[in-house]
Amino acid sequence: MKLRYGTFSYLPDLTDDEIAAQVKYALDQGWPVSVEHTDDPHPRNVYWEMWGLPMFDLAEPDGVLAQITECRRAFPGRYVRVLAYDARLGKQTTALSFLVQRPAEEPGFLLERVEGPDRTQRYALRSYATDKPAGARYAGA
Amino acid sequence: MNTSQGFGFPRPSTDPATVARTEELPAEPVTLADDAELDLSVDEAAARVEQTLAALDAELVGLASVKRRVREIASLLQVDRARERFGLTSSRPTLHMSFTGGPGTGKTTVAMRMASILHALGYIRAPRVHVVTRDDLVGQFIGHTAPKTKEALARAAGGVLFIDEAYYLFRPENERDYGQEVIEILLTEMEDERGDLVVVFAGYPDRMARFFSANPGLSSRVPHHIEFKDYDHAELVQIADLMVAAENFRFDEEARGVFSEYLTRRMERPNFSNARSVRNAVERCRLRQARRLVGLNRPLRKEDLVTLTAEDVRGSSLFADDEGAAV
Repeated sequence: MKLRYGTFSYLPDLTDDEIAAQVKYALDQGWPVSVEHTDDPHPRNVYWEMWGLPMFDLAEPDGVLAQITECRRAFPGRYVRVLAYDARLGKQTTALSFLVQRPAEEPGFLLERVEGPDRTQRYALRSYATDKPAGARYAGA
Repeated sequence: MNTSQGFGFPRPSTDPATVARTEELPAEPVTLADDAELDLSVDEAAARVEQTLAALDAELVGLASVKRRVREIASLLQVDRARERFGLTSSRPTLHMSFTGGPGTGKTTVAMRMASILHALGYIRAPRVHVVTRDDLVGQFIGHTAPKTKEALARAAGGVLFIDEAYYLFRPENERDYGQEVIEILLTEMEDERGDLVVVFAGYPDRMARFFSANPGLSSRVPHHIEFKDYDHAELVQIADLMVAAENFRFDEEARGVFSEYLTRRMERPNFSNARSVRNAVERCRLRQARRLVGLNRPLRKEDLVTLTAEDVRGSSLFADDEGAAV
């Protein structure tokens, strides 16, 4: 099951040139860009591991692309995303976030029924990938 | 057209009319025939380059050899573009440069102009110069240098990386110095065919010569060595006139003579740094003029505000001995 996560997730996966163009847009807006990775694809897992520090004061996307390439090389089987942070007063939030790498095999999610108090029934989402311990979830991670 | 049916996202349309509209391919450049003629002057980039070169001529005094080299490089790139139009492929020219010359001879200024020329000809993406010195490249501990250098390279990407006083990168007396690591990273980056980064090494001539002889690998990858000569007295006077005019001031007749005399004396002193010394001298003249005007205690006219008098120039410490003799 292909994970639809972040901006552009319903488009075909972006090529490096397209990623560069998007990063260039973010930099032109004055948003510092950072790279993060994870092997837990749960949608509520918002805090991914940082790949280096956010990159400030860049004008061209080459440096970001180099970091993405390095991250992909180090974690070929993980999700890698690019974040752009809008630091303006009143915004101060992530302005753009999109995937730049996904594992070859994405096992998908299990919808679990959970018994709540007073016989209410709730639902929980669990990724099949998290059955295995961190680091062994995807081939090559 | 896409119409959403119930929930979910509309699928991409397969209707050829819409698909054709959304995917506009950029026009394929047409290769000219063998017997076609190409007028270099109609190239729209050529006009911009000519503008930059004219500005270089107008704003920078002297530096004839530098201007000639800049013109040569600009022509080379222009001809390369023309060759491309005829489908003659040649390798991307290596544009890394070394600027050697005394302090205040205009190395940084020429680097800025070079960036706009290279940008006009499409060799770099932005007319931007990122100026760095040893501090910005060399780390303080093991493993700190590479990220620092890569950060500087990332900031300069698509433009010109100007390494001021580049010879400090190499310290032969300390074999554990991290400068060598910087040079190696720079070399790999400069070798990169796809990259459009132009690296400019700048520094004083004698030390740069030693720097390049100690790093033959670097020297062989920097094809353009541009030497900036020190200015002579007449050129310095001209520079002073330009600087004063740019600040909306002017010397009166006597002051010009005195300033010329000042320059003669200043040039003999140690640490004379060409245009930079002239700028500092002009700044100090403005300071003395301001003090004189405040001391006048009368309403001022525009004339008073723009004129630098001989008195303002003569206040310099270089004339202090004369006054001592006169008193």
